[in-house]
Amino acid sequence: MLSRVANNLYWLARYLERAENTARLINVNSHLLLDLPSKVKLGWEPIVDILSFRDKFYETYKDVDEKSVINFMVVDKNNPGAILTSLKSARENARTIKEIIPREAWEQINALYLFVTENQKDAFTRRSRYAYLNKIILANQTITGLLAGTMSHDEAYAFVRLGRNLERADMSTRIIDVRSATLLSEIDSELPAFSNIQWMGVLKSMTAYQMYRREVRVRINREDVLTFLLTNPRFPRSLVHAIEQIERAVTELPNSKDTVEKTSRVKNYLLNANPATLKQEKLHEFIDDMQLGLIEIDKQIEDSYF
Amino acid sequence: MAIRWGSYKVTNLYDELVEKAGKPREHAKHLCEYLRALSDKDINELKAASDSAIHTMGVTFRVYHQEEGSIDRAWPFDIVPRLINAKEWSGIEKGLKQRIKALNMFIDDLYNDQNIIKDGVFPASMLKKSKNFLQECRGFSPANGVWANICGSDLVRDNQGKVYVLEDNLRVPSGVSYMLENRQVMKRVFPEMFQKYNILPVDDYPSELYDMLAEMSPRKIEEPEIVVLTPGIYNSAYFEHAYLAQQMGAELVEGPDLVVEDDDCVYMRTINGLARVDVIYRRIDDWFIDPEVFAPDSLLGVPGLIRAWKAGNVGLANAPGSGVADDKVVYAYVPKIIEYYLKEEAILANVPTYKCNDKAEREYVLENIADMVVKPANESGGYGMLIGPHATTEEHDKFRKLIIADPRNYVAQPMLTLSTAPTMVDTRVEPRHLDLRPFILSGKDIKVTMGGLTRVALERGSMVVNSSQGGGSKDTWIVDMEGE
Repeated sequence: MLSRVANNLYWLARYLERAENTARLINVNSHLLLDLPSKVKLGWEPIVDILSFRDKFYETYKDVDEKSVINFMVVDKNNPGAILTSLKSARENARTIKEIIPREAWEQINALYLFVTENQKDAFTRRSRYAYLNKIILANQTITGLLAGTMSHDEAYAFVRLGRNLERADMSTRIIDVRSATLLSEIDSELPAFSNIQWMGVLKSMTAYQMYRREVRVRINREDVLTFLLTNPRFPRSLVHAIEQIERAVTELPNSKDTVEKTSRVKNYLLNANPATLKQEKLHEFIDDMQLGLIEIDKQIEDSYF
Repeated sequence: MAIRWGSYKVTNLYDELVEKAGKPREHAKHLCEYLRALSDKDINELKAASDSAIHTMGVTFRVYHQEEGSIDRAWPFDIVPRLINAKEWSGIEKGLKQRIKALNMFIDDLYNDQNIIKDGVFPASMLKKSKNFLQECRGFSPANGVWANICGSDLVRDNQGKVYVLEDNLRVPSGVSYMLENRQVMKRVFPEMFQKYNILPVDDYPSELYDMLAEMSPRKIEEPEIVVLTPGIYNSAYFEHAYLAQQMGAELVEGPDLVVEDDDCVYMRTINGLARVDVIYRRIDDWFIDPEVFAPDSLLGVPGLIRAWKAGNVGLANAPGSGVADDKVVYAYVPKIIEYYLKEEAILANVPTYKCNDKAEREYVLENIADMVVKPANESGGYGMLIGPHATTEEHDKFRKLIIADPRNYVAQPMLTLSTAPTMVDTRVEPRHLDLRPFILSGKDIKVTMGGLTRVALERGSMVVNSSQGGGSKDTWIVDMEGE
């Protein structure tokens, strides 16, 4: 397979995953806002922080209000992480490798991009936002399903899995980092009742609530949620699961020794650190290390294959 | 009250489907009846179904837009197909094969012995001024002596119904993917008609193309590595490059994906390292293909490609230098070229062409420019043309000056009234002018597509069919009426 094609597959998967995750994040935040009392200062700022786009945001916007954040995160052409920008990049990547991915998958990607472009105003009213974002999530799941079900599970597919899981791992660490830091700790003492709701919000941002409930039956609490999201081997959006998927996908590729080694190192670090018990500051440091590890894996993939 | 053939006016026109108001041609009867039975609502539904098929299939072409740069447009498609009787088609097919065979012999001769010049049939002065004659190719002959492996010839019919060849595209002709996609759309939209008619299939083109390319492999191995070389996604025909690569199961590569090593072989960069390439279907113009030989600042090409090709280590389709024969001045000589090499008379007619470098002919053109179409020798896509009857006196004068300054670069033809076919305008049909581009593959054998790409000028009275200039397309049905 051409190096350029491998690179495009990898980024196609990353951009799609990014759009899906962002859509989830916004949806959950919209819902969460409805549940919290007005005096709790949970706003839209964390969304911007999770994606590390604070500086970029303030280049164009004055206040972190709902409308600005939605505009910034969904349709802003200048924001490389906006849903629309991600889907545009995904489509451009898919266009150049149309001969590699199944035709139906390309049609879905194309249709999704057109849908998101043509209906962008739906993101701005709360009434239509949920359906709009949900359609993005479902379309992404359809694409994932089409790729899994109609594409040969060959090297090309391995690059799709690499991209998807690297992006997923990256996003999971970001969500956990920001959510557990900025908003929850301060509230813990004052409004314990709402702490519960917010941890639910974190779980829901990663579509983990229902599966968490099935595995962990006790009352929702920080440590159990963190353990579940970071190190549950069975839940497909947990950090360790994503990293294991990277490890597996890369072993199907030639010259994989260096990448496998780096990935295993990150995984072992994660499993041995017992991160759920870490205090906030230490947790933040730990997540930083994880992020650096992911960056190293990404770089190694680039060096070996692109 | 939708389509009424009684009010479809074809006065002074040759219409492909309708003989005269109210009377469809024999081979179009079923179709016309079918269309007549449709209500406005049906028609709108069919149009919506075709639009949505094109939309989801992602059939697009790129145009350069002043403000937005390069943008993707949905492929403009008319749901009324253009029908040609298979009997008539087989004559056209024969004519096309004859033509491309002679043209390939002509190119091979020009780069080698130049007998046609020695025998005084083709003037040496013409060759001297040809921009597309590549000195680098002298003395070389590709596999089977075939230079233009893929040819797209534009056919038109005048208002008497006579078929002419308007031009031969021997460099990197495009449009075949739209021919294939149009058929897919029609199958989704009009499945009933495919039961009514015996429509000859076009779908085997990609596998014919693959076989022809595989034949050209210098290494005689089971599965030669074939790649499609594209300038990239910003090229107006990128959709087609990707489409053909996908349909053939070939790699779609860009210049930087390929490298020529010290052994004069071509390799592509893969996740396993370098892999040998046997045949390149290149969709990059000669001038950009190899910065070592041509445009030194080209980022699209592959340094050393010509070297590898001349060493016989890689097949290139079409061969560099093929363009020497799709010059519009050379066109005027094609009937003579056919006679010279095949000792046959041309089956398909040429449009009468006045060569501006000939004094008498030039005088005639300058005199009658207001009634003629003037074309530069080496442009494509309808650029740089003058359509006399539609132009202003200032434009006439401008072209007179251009011709006098560089007579070798211009030819002129009488203005033909192209044939028409019923084309949807809202929920009615009106005649619109069209042409046809069949595609001809030449390897050991010569194969012609069943029909080709019909391009239609969507504006009333317009004869400009190029998609970059407001043209659309129709599916082309070669219908076998035997046993009807």
